[in-house]
Amino acid sequence: MSAETTDVHAEHGEHEGMTRKRIWSVFWILLGITVVEFIVALAIAPHFEHANWINPIYIVLTLFKAYFIVAFFMHLKFEKVGMVLAIIVPILFIIGLILVLTNESHYWVGLRL
Amino acid sequence: MSTVVAQPVDEIKSTPWSGGKSPFEVEYGKIMMWFFLLSDAFTFSSLLIAYGSLRFSAPVWPAASKVFQSVPGTSLEQGYPLVFVGIMTFILIASSVTMVLAVEAGHRNSRKEVIGWMIATIIGGFMFLSCQALEWNHLHSEGFWWGHIPTKETLEEFFDKGIPLAQQQFTAQEFANLFFTITGFHGFHVFSGVIINIIITINVLAGTYDRRGSYLMVEKVGLYWHFVDLVWVFVFTFFYLV
Repeated sequence: MSAETTDVHAEHGEHEGMTRKRIWSVFWILLGITVVEFIVALAIAPHFEHANWINPIYIVLTLFKAYFIVAFFMHLKFEKVGMVLAIIVPILFIIGLILVLTNESHYWVGLRL
Repeated sequence: MSTVVAQPVDEIKSTPWSGGKSPFEVEYGKIMMWFFLLSDAFTFSSLLIAYGSLRFSAPVWPAASKVFQSVPGTSLEQGYPLVFVGIMTFILIASSVTMVLAVEAGHRNSRKEVIGWMIATIIGGFMFLSCQALEWNHLHSEGFWWGHIPTKETLEEFFDKGIPLAQQQFTAQEFANLFFTITGFHGFHVFSGVIINIIITINVLAGTYDRRGSYLMVEKVGLYWHFVDLVWVFVFTFFYLV
């Protein structure tokens, strides 16, 4: 417990990164991105049936939201570089799984048709 | 004898990686929460990638704008896609903000503010869970469940025109299983998050963290709560938008 208290005081200076003003601006950014997603889904997508450029838009906007949540709400932007790498680098393995399984599912389509 | 100035061998190194302190300057419990969330991210991405690959491999899929077009609990039955899930998303983002405000109040050791924001977060969590219950109940009343799909007559309402019944039945079942499994797993995370938030709030009320001198526990449950929000961002995109 004493270790916890000392660490907290050592870290204290870095937490100034997240003021109340900044928290609310991140909230408005997240809300704004969600509203853009809704506009794309309700007003733009119905005019272009089977367009294959709409899903990438959703995914890019989603990754933007994920960045703002992890960097600011979860405070990762203000941690040491080593800490950031320890969390972000393992996530890259997920890209490998996506590549493997999308490739596999293209093969399944062929089997099913 | 020698004039060469030797390097002192017993000099104490004080670089971040020379031991004796956390090179990341993060307290043990917090770093373990991060690594737990990393493993949880792998679990959720496995589920979502399984969903993606099954959906890619299916020639047809139930249209999201036809499956989710009502606002359960109101008289708006048809023609309102994304309205209800929009409310759910707003609730979860708002409760994430109240959580981060509780963490911020914790840094200033302001107990009253922490309590207020924690209670707001818990209410947001319960609101989200209630919406999820309504959504599940609505889909269940239409005939979707694990291992169950709507009857032949009603099934075509959920697809674009001109798709053979056999294909509809096949992918509707895949959709139902994946939807209830993934949103159920996420809902379970929200539920445990609410329980943990309640425990921490009780500790705040009891003055545990004032005695400890830090509100770091609020920060740790905050990480978990934001992660739940983060997962919802992806579930929302891949089930309701794509």
